[in-house]
Amino acid sequence: MLAARNSGLVPDMETMLHITTLHYLVLGAALFLLGVIGVLTRRNVVIVLMSIELILNAVNLNLVAFSRLWGGVHGQVFAIFIITDAAAEAAVGLGILIAFFRNKETVNIDEVNLLKW
Amino acid sequence: MAPVATPFFFYLLSAIMLIGGIAVITRKNPVHSALALIVTLLAQASIYLMLYAPFVAGVQIILYAGGIMVLFLFVIMLVSIERSMKERQFNSQWVVGMIAATALGGLFIAVYTKGKSIFPDHALSVVEDNNTQEVAKLLYGQYMFAFEIASLLLLVAIIGAVVMAKKRI
Repeated sequence: MLAARNSGLVPDMETMLHITTLHYLVLGAALFLLGVIGVLTRRNVVIVLMSIELILNAVNLNLVAFSRLWGGVHGQVFAIFIITDAAAEAAVGLGILIAFFRNKETVNIDEVNLLKW
Repeated sequence: MAPVATPFFFYLLSAIMLIGGIAVITRKNPVHSALALIVTLLAQASIYLMLYAPFVAGVQIILYAGGIMVLFLFVIMLVSIERSMKERQFNSQWVVGMIAATALGGLFIAVYTKGKSIFPDHALSVVEDNNTQEVAKLLYGQYMFAFEIASLLLLVAIIGAVVMAKKRI
């Protein structure tokens, strides 16, 4: 059904109108890419932490899409565990941020350079 | 119940998610980024509803958008944003970061165009109205050990966050 008449990069109308698992996976990959760009290029620590949450959400979307594809709810249970883990990690990360801000009065990660040789 | 206008809702929600994601990584004010992330998380909960996962959608709205993002907003208000908004926003290795992200994007495109055919296109006959019961059967049955470890993880995270944010230990 997905017989590609071109090299596969440009979607035709039939591929665009029938939403399959691949659409959800590509959306998850796009979100992951946005999160990676946010982690790699921003200086503000809070925005880096929020980009990490974007990455985790992209993974969750992949898991739930596969859970829909193969039946059963194993992917959804794993997604619930990932949401729990993201909550714990956000709490600890923000605690570290508060401790860091109390010491240096800045939220730029460029200024964490005391161990730089 | 047969789904209605699936492509329209999918493209609308994915457009909201991607625009929200771009707003998260480009805004100067962290409060704007946090609000854009809340919009992204709510659109993602709607996509979970499209994928027949109402329990995960509820958990996402209550925990993620209603818990974690509120925590982020509290911490943003504790940390002074006035000074950070006046400084340079993108760090000095942004060129290498963009090259690495482009390489990752190329890898994703290669994987998803070459491996398009391994995902079967059939519609499964999934039972649609017992989702919470099915999740509970797995969570308290097969994944009971992981559930207990997750509660231990939350305990450790609570203790860790309190210790990290105290003035004098």
